[in-house]
Parts: sequence; C-alpha cells; structure tokens
Amino acid sequence: MNHTRDVALSVSNVKKSFYLPHHTNGSAKEAITQLFKPKDKGGDYYHALMGVSFEVKKGDFFGVVGRNGAGKSTLLKIMAQIYQPTSGQVKVSGKLVPFIELGVGFNNNLTGRQNVYLNGAMLGFSKKEMDARYDSIVEFAELEKFMDQKLKNYSSGMRVRLAFSVAIQADADILLLDEVLAVGDASFKKKCYAYFDTLKEMKKTIIFVSHGMGAIREYCNKAILIEDGKIAYQGSADEVADRYMQLFEDKSKEKSVADSGQAGERSGSKKVTIDHFNFTKNDEKMKIDTTISCGEHEINNVQLKIEIKNRNKQVVAAFSNLSVDKIVHLNFESNETKRLLFDMKNIYRGGRYHVSAILCEANDADEDGEIYDQWDNIAEFSSTGDVVRYQVVNPGKLSLEPLETNETQKTTRE
Amino acid sequence: MLNKIYTRYRYSVILLRELVITDFRLRYQGSFLGYLWSFLRPLFLFAILYTIFVIFLKIGRDIPHWPVALLLGIVMWNFFTEVTTGGLSAVTNRGGLLRKINFPKYIVVISGTISAFINLLLNMVIIAIFMVINQVELSWSMLLFPILIFELFTFGMGMAFILGTINVKFRDIKYIWEIITRGAFYASAILFPITRIAEVNLDVAKILLIINPAAQTIQDARHFLISDKIPTLHTIQDTWWLTIIPVLLSVAVFIVGALYFRSRSPYFAEDI
Repeated sequence: MNHTRDVALSVSNVKKSFYLPHHTNGSAKEAITQLFKPKDKGGDYYHALMGVSFEVKKGDFFGVVGRNGAGKSTLLKIMAQIYQPTSGQVKVSGKLVPFIELGVGFNNNLTGRQNVYLNGAMLGFSKKEMDARYDSIVEFAELEKFMDQKLKNYSSGMRVRLAFSVAIQADADILLLDEVLAVGDASFKKKCYAYFDTLKEMKKTIIFVSHGMGAIREYCNKAILIEDGKIAYQGSADEVADRYMQLFEDKSKEKSVADSGQAGERSGSKKVTIDHFNFTKNDEKMKIDTTISCGEHEINNVQLKIEIKNRNKQVVAAFSNLSVDKIVHLNFESNETKRLLFDMKNIYRGGRYHVSAILCEANDADEDGEIYDQWDNIAEFSSTGDVVRYQVVNPGKLSLEPLETNETQKTTRE
Repeated sequence: MLNKIYTRYRYSVILLRELVITDFRLRYQGSFLGYLWSFLRPLFLFAILYTIFVIFLKIGRDIPHWPVALLLGIVMWNFFTEVTTGGLSAVTNRGGLLRKINFPKYIVVISGTISAFINLLLNMVIIAIFMVINQVELSWSMLLFPILIFELFTFGMGMAFILGTINVKFRDIKYIWEIITRGAFYASAILFPITRIAEVNLDVAKILLIINPAAQTIQDARHFLISDKIPTLHTIQDTWWLTIIPVLLSVAVFIVGALYFRSRSPYFAEDI
C-alpha cells in the first residue's frame, strides 16, 4: 500500500481522439438530413493521445516536454479533468490546481479588486479567505494604486502580475503549470523562478509543461517527452531535455539544398563542377561528402572552399582542401570524378547557419583564381549547442576517397 | 468520502456566489440609472400594454384588479424567459472558463437562474406596491404564491439545463426557442384573461394550461394572489388529477434536464 500512497497522480493508458467533422458549416438541407441520420457523418478522428501511461510521485517536479502538436496540452487538460479521456484513467490523490492560463475568469469590466475575489473563488477561496489574503496579493502584484480601476485599463503586464499574485495563493497538493512563464518581463520571470524555488523547497508536486529546456533541467527531477501522442522517452530531466533537443536537430540537419533541388545562387565557369554535396551533422560532428567532376579538359590545382555563415551573412568558419589538417591536392584528368570528405567538429553555438561551397583555381598567392563553380547556400543547418565552447579547436579532418564507380555517384543531381 | 463531498459543494457554493455577484455587477454596467432599470423595464412595458389592452381594447374590465394581474403576469413571464434564455447561452458564454478549469458545470446555469430570481424578487416589490394601491384584499391563499414561484423556477431551470446543453452543439436552438416563447406568451393568456380562450373553446383553454406549467403557474398566481374571481385551471377543470399534471410536468422536466445536462457536461470543454 505504501507504493500507491506516495503516487500523487497516475495516468494509465490514456487515449484521446477528437472528432473532426468535414463540414463545419453545412447547408440547411444537410443539417436536416444529419438530424435524421446522425451516424452517417462525414468526418475523421484525430488521435491526439495514443496510450499514455506514467506516474508522478509526491514531491516530484515533473516535466512534460514535446513539440507543438505532440499532445502535451491535451494531456494537461485530461490531467486537469477538463477533457475526458476517450479511454484510460487518470487518478489524482489530493487537490489539483491547474494553471493552464493565468487569470482564468478575469473580466475586463470588473475592478482589480473584484477580479481578485472572482479569481480567488475559481481557486476555491471563500470571501473570508480572500479577505485574509487580499493585502499580500496586492502587495506582491505592486498594484496598490490600481485596485479600484477596471481591469480594461490595466496594461497586459499589470494583468499578468495580478493574476500571478492570486495564483501563488493556490493551496494545492498538485500544481499543473503550463508555460505560464512565457509572458512577462525579466523581473517578473525572476519572481516566477523564486516561486518555483519555494515550491520545490516545500516539496509540492508539480507538473510542468514547457518548451524551455533550461527551466526543465533546473527544476525538474523527472520528465517525459511526448511525441505524436505517445511517450517517446521517460527519464531524468536532463536525459529528456537532451532527447528533446535531438528532435530538432534530426529535423533540421543536413538539409542539403543541392540535394533537395532548391539550390542557392550558383555561378562560375563550370569547367569543374560540384555534382553532389551531402551535409550531415550531430551534436559532436559534421560531415561533408562531395563529388566533384571535371569536364573535357584536365585541370590541376583545384581548391574546394567551404564557408559557413551565420544568419547575418558573416563568415564564421572557412576551410578548404588546402587548409585542414592535411593538404589534399585536387588534380583532375578529363572527365574524372572525385569524392572529397570533410570530417569536422561541430563547434557552432546555437543558431542557423548557411554553407557555401566554392570550387576555384588554387594559387600560391592568397587570392582566388578562376572560379569554376561557386554555390552559395548549398546547405543550411541549425546548431542547438547552448554552450559556447571557448577553446580553440582544430576544425577537422579531410580525406579523399577513391570512387568505386564514377557513374553511380554522379547521377545524384542530374 | 464525506470530506470529499464537503469540499466539492463548498467549492460550488463559493463559485456560485461569486458568479452571481459578478452577474449583478455587470448587468447594468455603464448605465446611468443602474438597478432602477430592474423596476423601470416592467413598469414601462406594463404602461404600454395597459394603455393598449385595458384602455383602448377594454380587455379585463369585468375582472377585479385586472391591471395588477396584468403586471403580475408580465413579471412572471419575464422571469421565465430570463431563466430559460439565460440558461440557453450559459454554457457557451462561459466557454473560456470551461476550457481552462474544471468545476461543476451546473454552476453556470444556476448562477444565471439565481440572478433572474433576484430580479423577480425586486419586481415583486413593485407588485406589492400596486396591490396596496389597488386595495387587493388579503387572503390565506396568498401563501400558495411562493409554492407557485417554486414550481415555475423548477420548470424554468429544467428547461435551462436542456436548452443550455443543446446549444453547445446546435446553436439554432436559440432562434427556435425565441419563436417558441413568442408563441407560448400568447398561449399563456398573459395579456388577456384565460376566459377569452375558454369562451371560444373550453377544451383548448384547458389543454393550454395543462401542457404549459408557465401558463398554469401564472394563472394560478393571479387567482390566489390577486383575486379568486380570476379563472385558472382548477376553476375550469373539474377532474382533479388533470390539475396536477403541470406540477408533475415541471418536476419531470427538471429531472430530465438535470440528467441530460449531467450526462453531457464532461464533454462541454471540447464541444464548445
């Protein structure tokens, strides 16, 4: 029995489907035929949650993360008993207060004072109980002068402050917090975090839905990652946050523009051309895999320069087959194709980057010779590294791979 | 278990109280005369109807204290429509709230009906004044009046639950109900004594009072409160069990409405 006693909230095999009718605004005739044939409706079911199970122990600071549309909000509303699960069960022990939005029931035509009492009633406080708390609420919100003004005359910041000040009065065993920190200025956020700290100290059970991995890592001890209506990962907050970040890398990495056909600016004499350019990366490494082919005339001393630019078009890194750890000379006989591999370290801080490839004549002087094939924005990627690494690093390795069959490698772009 | 019931109802009462106060605060927001309108509206309506129907069309001349009976009818009918139309839009109007927090849903309907009830009490003050001016004789039968109001309230609340639930998915009900109440207003014999219908066809008059508790309570209220010369269901209908049908109907509508509302209320948040 001890086992069940320290579970604050358990979700077992919860599924939720929404019915999406095809016609939302049908004609009168359709409406009448539907009245008589209610089962014959055209529509789809959207499965927002497909069997979710987990347990939150008492005193847990439990994170729920996932991309937009993954099913987080639906799950939250089911935990808050606002939605009914299609199947499955949610068991709550103790009083659960959801904060899906701050200031639920706030009315613009009531004064600040009246709204405080109304909002307090939503949290289950009687007038007497609110009387006792009123002064500290107003003080915390720093709105002493405005309490008899109508809410419609409040700025959005004042509204949030008032709502938050009432919300922290909530006397709950379990709190559901949804992105409430997404609004407000820096000093307000600071207050929120201070409140989180006290909640954590008081060993309250918190279920926290957020996109901010910083907050998840800092406050949560456990978390789940929701993806496509299922729990994709369950574990410590750090592990889940890492998994979450990977989701975005998986989506945005190696978008080789050359491969996807939406090439950037391309220019040059085309005596030597970039036929294939594949860019891949993970947290640690980046790889560039290219094939270059020569036209009818043999050409020696070819240089492939790679430039990585940040979103402001500033070059943050540049390297070539002549500048990495070993120099690889590119000399082409007529109609020859070569494959060149760059194996780089991922040293880029968070942000969006564009890759350009420039195939040109190498000369001893540090200026470029003839440009054969310049391809701007040939690939782009996002880096999610939140830590800037200040050490100086060797950008990577370079290798020239023999090509088994020239023909098969060549066809990717044509 | 007992503790759970206590906290559940404690919450309902707190929320109900605050919602009723809010309703009242917002009702005459920004108007110069404010709550006075609660008295002025039925008074002006009464003045217009009195001029047309009593002075010009000479209706109800043969009935003692008819003007007071006319006002009473108007006030009670307004109460009934306020309860039902308020209940009709209660759930959809509070959609934002229902999607953000879990609370007993019936509170949104009941808070509206209580506001209407308070309004009725205010209007009864006017009626009392008119009764004094018209020198209506006091009688023991007046004690039946609160019971009649209770019956009308029960019937109205039952309808409010039904209409509020239907309106979540079928918004046309608003317009349908508007037409029904307009028709029922005339079928309830509020502007004229029920004898006008009974003279033409006695059976129609009986049926109208039997199937519509609103009409029965209004005619009964006139009979018991104003003058026992005013005909009502039990004066034109001898079979006693037929006279209790409207009472049973009110209770039935309330029970069906409450059950229907309760069965659908868990899905309000996603259906709105």
